[in-house]
Amino acid sequence: MATRLPPGVSRKDFTDALAQFEAAIGKDWVFSRDEDVDLYRDAYSPFWHEEEEPVPSAAVAPDRVEQVQQILRIAGRYKIPLWTISTGKNLGYGGSAPKTSGSVVLDLKRMNRVLEVNDKNHYALVEPGVSYFDLYRYIQDKGLRVWIDPPDPGWGSLIGNALERGGGYTPLRDHFDAHCGMEVVLANGDIVRTGMGALPGAKTWQQYKYGFGPYVDGIFSQSNLGVVTKMGFWLLPEPEAYFSGTVMAPKHDDIYALVEAFAHLANSGIVQGTTSVLRTIDFGPPDPALAAVRVGASTSDLERYVAQKGLGYWTVDLPFYGPANVIAAQWEYAKKKLSVIPGVSFRDGASYRFPLDQAALEKIPNPVPLGVPSLTTFAIGGPRSQGHMWFSPIIPMTGEAVVEATTVFDQVYRDLGSPAGALPGFPIWSFFPRAFVIIYFFPIEHDVEKNRRNREIFRRLVKTAVDHGWGEYRTHTAFMDDIAQAYSFNNHALRRLHETLKDALDPNGILAPGKNGVWPRRLR
Amino acid sequence: MRTPQKMWNRWARRLQPGLILLAAACGTAAATADEPATDRGRQVYDKWCAPCHGAGEGKPGTIAAGAIYKGSKPAVLTERRDLTPAVIKTAVRTGVYVMPRFRKTEVTDAELEAIVAYLTHKS
Repeated sequence: MATRLPPGVSRKDFTDALAQFEAAIGKDWVFSRDEDVDLYRDAYSPFWHEEEEPVPSAAVAPDRVEQVQQILRIAGRYKIPLWTISTGKNLGYGGSAPKTSGSVVLDLKRMNRVLEVNDKNHYALVEPGVSYFDLYRYIQDKGLRVWIDPPDPGWGSLIGNALERGGGYTPLRDHFDAHCGMEVVLANGDIVRTGMGALPGAKTWQQYKYGFGPYVDGIFSQSNLGVVTKMGFWLLPEPEAYFSGTVMAPKHDDIYALVEAFAHLANSGIVQGTTSVLRTIDFGPPDPALAAVRVGASTSDLERYVAQKGLGYWTVDLPFYGPANVIAAQWEYAKKKLSVIPGVSFRDGASYRFPLDQAALEKIPNPVPLGVPSLTTFAIGGPRSQGHMWFSPIIPMTGEAVVEATTVFDQVYRDLGSPAGALPGFPIWSFFPRAFVIIYFFPIEHDVEKNRRNREIFRRLVKTAVDHGWGEYRTHTAFMDDIAQAYSFNNHALRRLHETLKDALDPNGILAPGKNGVWPRRLR
Repeated sequence: MRTPQKMWNRWARRLQPGLILLAAACGTAAATADEPATDRGRQVYDKWCAPCHGAGEGKPGTIAAGAIYKGSKPAVLTERRDLTPAVIKTAVRTGVYVMPRFRKTEVTDAELEAIVAYLTHKS
């Protein structure tokens, strides 16, 4: 017996709807008892012990697309909001919990079929419940020589992560960009296949993205306009080798030439994987002497400190994938390009030939950049961490932006204090081409006051970013309206376009109300 | 307690391999013990629990248990002898620290019983 209700839905209607859900997909897969529904709450909620925590009213878990169609039609009849999850592991961004309290979670985890893996033209077709671990195991079991591109959390869904526009580490690291073809159930239950999938009997659904006519895939990402039930992904042919070369630039002001050279290498396809630009004193090995140096230290003091330690002021590891002789040539070229920086030094790093056997793999602390899913990232925050969320603005790929962003975000911390357990610096990542993204860890606490404080800091960081022309690429459900509000060019023309699409495709407003700041007419 | 060394170890795993080379190398964990168990429980455990709680590098549950218990209990879950069915079920259905709850579409009640059987059969 459900104790919570969807917003605006009577007890009788909800009871009737649950009975119809049960008839459609079976009693075992409709969850309405609190003890079952609570499993869908956000494990990393920034609203622990607060009334504002969005909590679902029930969950339904179909096994196939026909059942998804039936669920959407029933929900439409009763105007019941649905919140779709794939594997439900969008932790740090809301997990498996809805944006709108009382929503019914549409849990697609049971739709976990790997429909095809092609190791000749290197692609896969999967359902939403397939995790990176699942697809990796499938490929290993069959001995196929293709790589997936996992993000940090290996239990995530390929479809869910790509739709949230997540990133990984290999040359196919932009996950939405690496997709090819979708199957989508619209709010009215209609099934659409995009790209070549619209052609009955198509032989190239996962090989040519665009099909014919307007390309619509993008409107189903970070979106509440449909439920994606299949998606194709391009895979990487297993490379012959991987190599990581470390670049150490000695001076603070080297950042400008360093990033310019890096951008040239990345945009030329010489460096094809994800890396980060790190100020070594923030992320280098701990040293008690550093604490003394840092207090009131000038830039020159810090430069002297890192020089004495034989380190760079800035450190970047360049990842290379491909034939070993090509990699060697790429590294030599990169070193030549970066040698415009006086005093720059280089160090050869990790080097692997593939395939690696299991024993070799298990010795690698974080195998994710080698296409092997892992959960290593969840060590973040320490052994008693209660969760986290992420502040993740996109900034230009320039040294000027790196300096400006770290300066203004540091100022927010000087003004408001930094969250307990926060990082000493802001990691700058190249998860996506052409721009950097800062992925900044925010701890979640089971403490109301600490979470309120952290939310205040988070919102100040968001506002500071917006004031400088930087927007977030993705955010926790708690901040979706804040972020969407910032994308306001021409009197919120983009939001108005999103709302036009929403009203046309989902007139009953049942799909994920409020997702990424897009609300249906009846809830605006 | 968050010491600088622990902070570094955590971040070194996430951040650059090159920076890891600049720090002291981490030791490798012992191999998983070869223990009898119900096949089903082991299969479910291997799929859902081992990526966090298994042996080897980069397992956050094992890393956390090592830091919390400081050797007073094994860090690798399959080596524990003190786990009760209630403790295991509560952990899976309510979460522990950074470990989230697991839904019944991920681990069914029957699969949870199988995990319990696997982890407690040697107790």
